[in-house]
Amino acid sequence: MRALNGVFIALALVAIAGAFGDALAAGAVEGGGRQALNIPAIIMFFIFVAATLGITKWAASRTKSAADFYAAGGGITGFQNGLAIAGDYMSAASFLGISGLVFATGFDGLIYSVGWLVGWPIVLFLIAERLRNLGKYTFADVAAFRLEQTPIRTLAATGTLTVVAFYLIAQMVGAGKLIELLFGLPYLYAIILVGALMITYVAFGGMVATTWVQIIKACLLLGGATFMAFMVLASFGFSTEAMFRAAVDIHPKHDAIMAPGGLVSDPISAISLGLALMFGTAGLPHILMRFFTVADAKAARKSVFYATGFIGYFYILTFIIGFGAITLLMNDPSYFKVAASGAYNKITDLIGGTNMAAIHLANAVGGSLFLGFISAVAFATILAVVAGLTLAGASAVSHDLYASVIAKGRVPEDKEVRLSKISAIGIGIVAIVLGYIFENQNVAFMVGLAFAVAASCNFPVLLMSVFWKGTTSRGALLGGFLGLIAAVVMVVLSPAVWVKTFGFKAALFPYDNPALFSMTIAFVGIWLFSRVDASARARAERDAFEAQYVRSETGIGAAEALAH
Amino acid sequence: MGEDKVSYIRRDPLFRELVDKRTRFAWQLSAAMLVIYFGFIAIIAFAPKVLATPIGSGVMTVGIPVGLFVIISAFVLTGLYVYRANSEFDPITRQIMEKVK
Repeated sequence: MRALNGVFIALALVAIAGAFGDALAAGAVEGGGRQALNIPAIIMFFIFVAATLGITKWAASRTKSAADFYAAGGGITGFQNGLAIAGDYMSAASFLGISGLVFATGFDGLIYSVGWLVGWPIVLFLIAERLRNLGKYTFADVAAFRLEQTPIRTLAATGTLTVVAFYLIAQMVGAGKLIELLFGLPYLYAIILVGALMITYVAFGGMVATTWVQIIKACLLLGGATFMAFMVLASFGFSTEAMFRAAVDIHPKHDAIMAPGGLVSDPISAISLGLALMFGTAGLPHILMRFFTVADAKAARKSVFYATGFIGYFYILTFIIGFGAITLLMNDPSYFKVAASGAYNKITDLIGGTNMAAIHLANAVGGSLFLGFISAVAFATILAVVAGLTLAGASAVSHDLYASVIAKGRVPEDKEVRLSKISAIGIGIVAIVLGYIFENQNVAFMVGLAFAVAASCNFPVLLMSVFWKGTTSRGALLGGFLGLIAAVVMVVLSPAVWVKTFGFKAALFPYDNPALFSMTIAFVGIWLFSRVDASARARAERDAFEAQYVRSETGIGAAEALAH
Repeated sequence: MGEDKVSYIRRDPLFRELVDKRTRFAWQLSAAMLVIYFGFIAIIAFAPKVLATPIGSGVMTVGIPVGLFVIISAFVLTGLYVYRANSEFDPITRQIMEKVK
C-alpha cells in the first residue's frame, strides 16, 4: 500500500505539472474559452494540496484498524463533526449555483437554498442519535440490525452506490468545467487531478483524512464567503435596504427580484422537490456515515446542531453574495461578453455564465489575490465532497457487499480494509472515466436524482426498520427496491431527461422530481409486503425489535459493539 | 445485551417516560419544521403576492424576512431539541444505565 501511495501522489503531481505546463502553452494561443492562467489561484491551490497531502500522511500513520479507517476511530468531537458535515454538504454547486441563481433571479435563489437546509432538523429529530446507537460504519448496519443481512445489505449497498454514482458524476463534470474555467486547465487533466487526489485522501488516509479535508474546506469556504458578504454590506454602509434598492435599480428584472418568480410553477413539483431535498438529506450515505465518527449519541446530536448553524449561515451569505454580485458587477462591462455595439445582457452574458457570479464578485471586492483564494476554495470544496462520496461508496462495497454478503462475516479486519482501499481506487477511476464520458452531457438532473433515490430508498428503509416493529426483511427489500426503481424510472421519463437529454418530443412522466410518488411507493411497499409476510423469519424479526428498540433509544450495548 | 436485560429495561417506568417524552417532542418539532417549510412553499405556490408586498416605503418585501425566518427556525428548532436532550433526556438515560450496570 505504501508504494501505491507514492504512485498516486506522483500521478497527481504529474497531472498537475503536465496540465499547467500544457495550459501555459495553450493559454498563449487560445485565450478564448478558458481563463488565462491564474497564478495566485494556482499558488494557493498548491498550498491547499500540500497541506491536505501532509494531513493524509499523518492520518495514514494513525489508521490502524477498521474502526479508524471507516469511522476515524470514533474520535471526532461534535463540533469538528458539525464542521465536517457542513464541509461534506456545502458543494461547489451550492456555493456557485445558489449565488448564481440569486444573481439571475433574486428571491428565487433564497427559496431554493431554504430547501437544502430544512432536512437537517429532521436528521436530528429522527435519525442521528438512533443511527449512532445502532450502527458501526455504514447505515446498512442499522437497517440490517435485526433483519436478514444478505438482502438488506445488498439493498442498502445498491442504494448507496446509486446515490454515490449520480452525485459523483455531477460533481466530476462540474469540477472539470469549473477548473477549466478558473485555472485554465484542460478538462481531462482537471478530472484526473480531482480523481487522483480523492483516491489519495480516501485510500491512504481513510475517514481521518477525509474528515480533516472537509473541516479545512468548511473553514476556508465559510471564511471566504463571510469576507465577501462583509465587503458587500460595507459598500452599502451596512444597510440592507440600500443594497436591495441598488439591486432593484440595476437588475433588468427590477422589482421582480424581491418576490417569488417562476421557480415554483406548480404545487406538485414544488412539494415533490421539497420532499426530495428534505428527506434525501436524511438518506445520503456519505452524510449518514459521518455520525459514526463521533463517540456517542450526544456528540452526534451536537454535530447536527453545529452543522445546521453553519449551513444556514452559509445560505444567508450566498444570498448576500448574489445581491452583491448584482450591484457590483452588472454595471461593469469588464465582467461581461460585450458585443461590438457595446451592448450586453446583464444576466446571460456574464463571462463563464451566471454560476461564475461569486467568482467575479471575489475579484470585485478583493482583487486578483482574493479571486485566487476563492478559486482555490472552490477547488477544495469539490475535493472534500467527492472524497466523502468515494469513502461512502468504498465502504458499501467492502463492509456491506463483501464482508457481510459475500464472505458472510468471516473476513479478517485488515483484509476488509484493504478491499475498501482497492474499492476507493476503483471508484475513483470509474468516476474519472464517467466524468470524461459525460463531459458534454446535461448532468444538472443528476444531483436531483441522487436526492430522489436517497429519499425513496435509503431513508424509508432506515426509518421503517428503526421505528416500526412490523418491518420485515421481505417488506424492506421489496419496498426499498420499488422506491429506488420508481425514482430512477420516473426521472428518466421526466422532461429534464426524456425531452432535454434524449430529445423526445413529450415527457412520459410530467414532473422533474419524482420524490412525492416514489417515496409513497417505497413506504406503502415496505408496509404492505411486511404486513403480508407471515414467514417464521418475519416473526423472529418482529420479536427482535424489542432489543433493537432499547438499544436505539438508550445506546446501551453500543459501546461494547464498537470496542470489539 | 441479554434477553433479561432487555425485558428489564422495557418494563422500567423510567424507560417508558424517556421514550414517550422524547418521541413526542421529536415528532412535534419535525411537524413544526414541515409546517414552516411547506407553509412557505404553499404561500409561494398559491399566494406569491403576499411575499411580494413591500415593507413600509422601502424595496424590501415581506418575502425576505419570511425566507430568513425559515432558515433561522431550522437552527432554533435543532437548538431546542439539543437543549432539552442535554438537560432532560440524558439524565434519565444515565439513570436507566446505572440500574442495569
